[in-house]
Amino acid sequence: MADFVHHLLFGIYPYIALAVLAVGSVIRYDREPYSWRAGSSQLLRRKQLIVGSVLFHLGVLLIFAGHVVGLLTPIAIFDALGISHGAKQLLAIVAGGFAGVAGIVGATLLIHRRFFDPRIRAASSFADNMIILLLWAQLALGLATIPLSLQHLDGHEMVKFMNWAQGIFTFRSGAADQIADVALVFKLHLFLGLTILFLFPFTRLVHMLSAPVRYVWRPGYQVVRSRKLAR
Amino acid sequence: MKVRAQIGKVLNLDKCIGCHTCSVTCKNVWTSREGMEYAWFNNVESKPGIGYPKDWENQDRWNGGWVRTPTGSIRPRMGGKWRLLAKIFANPDLPEIDDYYEPFTFDYGHLQSAGESKAFPTARPRSLISGQRMEKIEGGPNWEEILGGEFSKRSADYNFEGVQKEIYGQFENTFMMYLPRLCEHCLNPTCVAACPSGSIYKREEDGIVLIDQEKCRGWRMCVSGCPYKKIYFNWKTGKSEKCIFCYPRIEAGEPTVCSETCVGRIRYLGVMLYDADRIEEAASAEHVEDLYQAQLDIFLDPNDPAVIEQARKDGVPEAWLEAARRSPVWKMAMEWKVAFPLHPEYRTLPMVWYVPPLSPISSAASAGKISARNGMPDVRSLRIPVRYLANLLTAGKEAPVVDALERMLAMRGYMRAKTVDGVVAADMAHEVGLTPAQIEEMYHVMAIANYEDRFVIPTGHREDAEDMYDEKGGCGFSFGNGCSGGSNETNLFGAPARKKLQTPTEVF
Repeated sequence: MADFVHHLLFGIYPYIALAVLAVGSVIRYDREPYSWRAGSSQLLRRKQLIVGSVLFHLGVLLIFAGHVVGLLTPIAIFDALGISHGAKQLLAIVAGGFAGVAGIVGATLLIHRRFFDPRIRAASSFADNMIILLLWAQLALGLATIPLSLQHLDGHEMVKFMNWAQGIFTFRSGAADQIADVALVFKLHLFLGLTILFLFPFTRLVHMLSAPVRYVWRPGYQVVRSRKLAR
Repeated sequence: MKVRAQIGKVLNLDKCIGCHTCSVTCKNVWTSREGMEYAWFNNVESKPGIGYPKDWENQDRWNGGWVRTPTGSIRPRMGGKWRLLAKIFANPDLPEIDDYYEPFTFDYGHLQSAGESKAFPTARPRSLISGQRMEKIEGGPNWEEILGGEFSKRSADYNFEGVQKEIYGQFENTFMMYLPRLCEHCLNPTCVAACPSGSIYKREEDGIVLIDQEKCRGWRMCVSGCPYKKIYFNWKTGKSEKCIFCYPRIEAGEPTVCSETCVGRIRYLGVMLYDADRIEEAASAEHVEDLYQAQLDIFLDPNDPAVIEQARKDGVPEAWLEAARRSPVWKMAMEWKVAFPLHPEYRTLPMVWYVPPLSPISSAASAGKISARNGMPDVRSLRIPVRYLANLLTAGKEAPVVDALERMLAMRGYMRAKTVDGVVAADMAHEVGLTPAQIEEMYHVMAIANYEDRFVIPTGHREDAEDMYDEKGGCGFSFGNGCSGGSNETNLFGAPARKKLQTPTEVF
C-alpha cells in the first residue's frame, strides 16, 4: 500500500500536476486574458511591501532557477565539468539557504500584511490567501531539509532527486523508485511543490509566465497601433 | 515627413466656472465601478494647490515624465529599461491610495432603518475598500475646493517656483483659478514607454492613448511614468485604466462626455496634423523653455499643399484634412497663440492645451497705479502672477503667456468698443499683432463658442477597422472574452456565484 501511494504521489501525480499547469495556463491565457495579472496590492498599502516583496521575489526566483538548473541538468554534464556531487550540493545548500531565508522573511512580511491589514484582507481572494501560505510552507520545508542534507555532504541524496526529476521529464517508468528511501521532509517538499504547480494556473502565479523580458529589446519607447485591418 | 492626425483639445480656463460637471458626467459613465471609485479620469483642481493626487506636479518625488540625458537623448525619468524593470517587485515611485484619497460611502440605509431616538440618525462614512467605519475623511478628489485649507499647505504648489509666494497668502492679494485635468494623450507618452508589457499604445488614426486591458499585467509602471498621474491602478482587477478620450463617441464624430456636458462651453476638440518623424527631436529640445516652441514646430499647416499631399500618402482621410483646416485647436494654438500645453517640461508633448485665465486687477494696481497701455491694463497687474501661469503652461517662459493674455484683453477691448461705442478699434488689434477680422473670429470661437465651432470632429473610418459582416449579431462592448462577459452566472455546481466585478456594460 505504501508503495502504491508513493508511486501515485511521485510517479503519477507529477504528470497530472504538469499537465494541469500546461493546459490550464494555455486555456486561461486564451479564454480569460483579462484575469491574467500580477495582482499587486502596493497601491492599497505600501508599508511592508517594498521590503517584503523584493526579498520574497528575489529569494524565490533564485531558488526557482537553482532548482531548474540543479534538478534538470544531466549529471553527466556536471561530471564532465569536473564539479563533484559534494561541491554541487554544498553550493545548493549555501546559495539555497541564503535565498530561502530571504524568501521566507519576505513571505512572512507579505502574509502579515495580507492577513492583518484590513484593506489588503478585504481585497484578497481565497486563491491569493492560499497561495502565499502554501509558498511560505514550501519555503519552510525547503529550509527544513538543510539540517538533513548537512548530514550527508557527499551529494548522493541530491543525485537521487536529479534522477527522479529527469526520469519524470524523460518518461522513464521507474522514476518514483529513485526517491523511495529519502526522508519524509523531502517527500513533503516534493509533494507540496507539485501541488503548487497544480494550482499555478488557478492563481495569480501565472504572472510569472508574463515576466516582461521582451521589454528590454522592444525597439524604441513608443508603441503605435493602427485600427486598420491587416489585409 | 510622416503626417499623422490627432484629435486635440483646448480648455479655455478663462471661462471655467469650476462646476465639476465634466468630472461627474465622466465618473458616471466610466469609473463608477469597484476598484475605480478613487479614480477620476477628469478632475478639476482649484489652483494654487497641490492638486489630486496630492503633490502630483512634484516630479522629484514621483519621477514622472522624461529627462534629457547628457548625450542629448531622452529616457523616462524613472530610469532606462533595466532600471525600470528593477522596480517591478516594488515600485518606489508609486503613489499609495491615500495620496489620492481613500474612497468612501455613507451608511445611507441607517437613515431609514434607525430606531426612534432623541437625535436625528446620521449617515456615517465607511471605506469602500475595507468596508470599515471611517471616523474621519482625510481627503477627497477636490480637497482644496475654492482655496480650502491653509495657505501653508496649498502653497507647496510647484507652480510658485520663482514667485514671491508669501504675499499671495494674504487675503487682499489672494488669487484663484480652476484647472480641469484629464489624460493629455501625449505625442510622446511616458506611460507607453514605461509599460513593460507593451499594453499601452497610441492609436495611429486619432492619437488616442489606450491601455489594452487584455495585455496589461498590472506591473504599474505607467502610473509612475505618467507625470500628470492620469493613469489609475484598478485595485480590484489589478489592471491600470485611464481616460479613453471617449473613443466610442469620438469615432462617431461626437465630443467626449466632459466636453459635451461642459456648461461653461470651455472645451474645444479639433484635428491637429503633426510630423511623427520629428517627435523625438521635439521632445529632446535642450532647454525646457524651448519645448513649447518645439511642439508648435512639429504641428503641420493643414492648408500647406505639401502637407496635404503627404497626408494623403500617409493615409489620412479627406474628411480629417478638411476638419484640420477648420480645427478650433489649430486656431487657438497656432493662429492666435492663446493656448498652451500643460507642463511642457515633462517632455511628453501633451495634446490637451489650455488658454490661461485673465483675472481681476490686483488691489495694489487698482489703488491707483495701474500701468495701462492703450486703455488696457498691463497683464502684469493682474492678480494671477504671469510667472505662475508660465510655470504651469510654458516651463517658465513668460513672454508667450503675456502675449496671449494681451490678445484676450485686446479681444475684450475691441468688442466693447464695437458693441458699446460702435467703433472699430483696429489699432487695438494691430497692437497685439492681430487683424480686426482675426479678433472677430477669436471672439466668435472663444466667447460665443457655438457647438459647431467648438467641436469639429470627423468620424472614424470603421470600415477600415472591422468587417461589418462579422459584427452581425455581435455583443458590443464587454469585458472578458467575447460575449461571455468574463464571469459566470453560476458557480461550478450550478449555485448562484457571488458577483465580484461590475462591468460598465452591466451598469448601462
